[in-house]
Amino acid sequence: MSTDLKIKVRGLKKAFGSNVVLDGVDLDVPRGQSLVVIGGSGTGKSVMIKCILGLLKPDAGSIEIDGEEVVGMSARDRERVMKKFGMLFQGSALFDSLPVWENVAFGLISGRGMNRNEAKEIALRKLSAVGLQPEVGELFPAELSGGMQKRVGLARAIAAEPEIIFFDEPTTGLDPIMAQVINELIVTCVEMVGATALSITHDMHSLREIGDNAAMIYQGKIVWSGAAKDIDNSGNPYVEQFVKGKAEGPIRMPVRSF
Amino acid sequence: MTPILQPIGRTFLNGLSAIGRLSLFALVAVRHCLTPPFYPRLLVRQMIEIGYYSLPYVGMTAVFTGMVLVLQTYTGFNVNAEGLMPQIVVLSLTRELGPVLAALIVAGRIGASMAAEIGTMRVTEQIDALSTLSTNPFKYLIAPRLWAGVTMLPLLVGIGDVIGVFGGYFVAVHKLGFNEGNFLKNISEATKFLDVFSGLVKAAVFGFTITLMGCYHGFNSKGGAQGVGKATTNAVATSMILILILDYILTELFFAK
Repeated sequence: MSTDLKIKVRGLKKAFGSNVVLDGVDLDVPRGQSLVVIGGSGTGKSVMIKCILGLLKPDAGSIEIDGEEVVGMSARDRERVMKKFGMLFQGSALFDSLPVWENVAFGLISGRGMNRNEAKEIALRKLSAVGLQPEVGELFPAELSGGMQKRVGLARAIAAEPEIIFFDEPTTGLDPIMAQVINELIVTCVEMVGATALSITHDMHSLREIGDNAAMIYQGKIVWSGAAKDIDNSGNPYVEQFVKGKAEGPIRMPVRSF
Repeated sequence: MTPILQPIGRTFLNGLSAIGRLSLFALVAVRHCLTPPFYPRLLVRQMIEIGYYSLPYVGMTAVFTGMVLVLQTYTGFNVNAEGLMPQIVVLSLTRELGPVLAALIVAGRIGASMAAEIGTMRVTEQIDALSTLSTNPFKYLIAPRLWAGVTMLPLLVGIGDVIGVFGGYFVAVHKLGFNEGNFLKNISEATKFLDVFSGLVKAAVFGFTITLMGCYHGFNSKGGAQGVGKATTNAVATSMILILILDYILTELFFAK
């Protein structure tokens, strides 16, 4: 039933010049669930997320958010739909000119016109939700470690209590312990705000921790989708090769990345 | 024939599409400059950055330009008439040297830093992050910079004009022995509204050009550190060339009969 779908993507295509990155992606994310998309580097995972967010304009296809078509939407409607989203970027993408608390409060102050003091209170609450002390709020992003930056990025993504949260390779570049901490935080934060989550990763451990459902993207198409717990016995040669990390198999690594 | 014509045609088409992209960017940017929400805090920060912190550079440029102008006019053209010297100094400074030199200095300072800052924000996905936080990057990043450029450059040039004329006065009176009172009187008589006004209009146009090129190249930078470096170079080089071209066009519009 399509009414239960928070995000519905059909036939999504995107090419850069002659380089076809997405070649007809179909994707369903049920309301309140967490979908994890896996795939190698340069298979179009990030491009897919950016198309759904409206940061890139797809060449063809349809994207529905809450049953509403967003491809070709007017700028004003787009802004309204954008308020439903939160995103944790791969490199955290914190604003380095602003202190940590203002980063977390940014969407509230700048996007929703909230009073600064009020927004700061919320920001400090969100920081403590990701395990950071209020003192950290006064620091600048450059003074934090990678793991702490990820936590701040997560606090920023959930600050405005979005309905949909995107996670772009949330554990990449972190040590295994910090990666596990972030995985657990993602699960609790998503539950806390009751959001629908869409993550992209190539970390299998992360997939098992944060995913209800999983899908695999290869050469711009979804080649497998199912429950996250079935990932180890998918019966799909692409997924098997990826999960076991074998060099031999149907997947050939592209030389160029995007 | 084809192997020779092909690259020429391709370069020409690439040039046209670059002009098209830039014009489109400028149009969108201007539209966002005129529609709310506005960010007064960011505007003030940019005004201080462009106006206040450029003042020492513009001031130094102006004072030495005024000084050397008097010295060259005196030694090179053998102008020692008390009436003519102030006229030459005031006219050259207010119409031409003031706005152009100030703009070139600011292009090096501000254009580069804008392209580097916005370029880094682009390659570290901070610009994408703005969009996901319900904030339009054009309104948040570009509009305050354009406003600050358009308003601060005329202010800088106005101050530079005064400092430059004072530099000329200093050399004329204290080195070349012109009569102090007459020189000052002739300066005030030589100062014409249209000269000063045209210089300030030029300054506003140059301010727009510098900040636009800084934002445009930063906004469209690709790749990592190398891409940002390239954006910075392009921002400074293109705005300097554009300043000189626009200077001629504006002079033609103001003074050509």
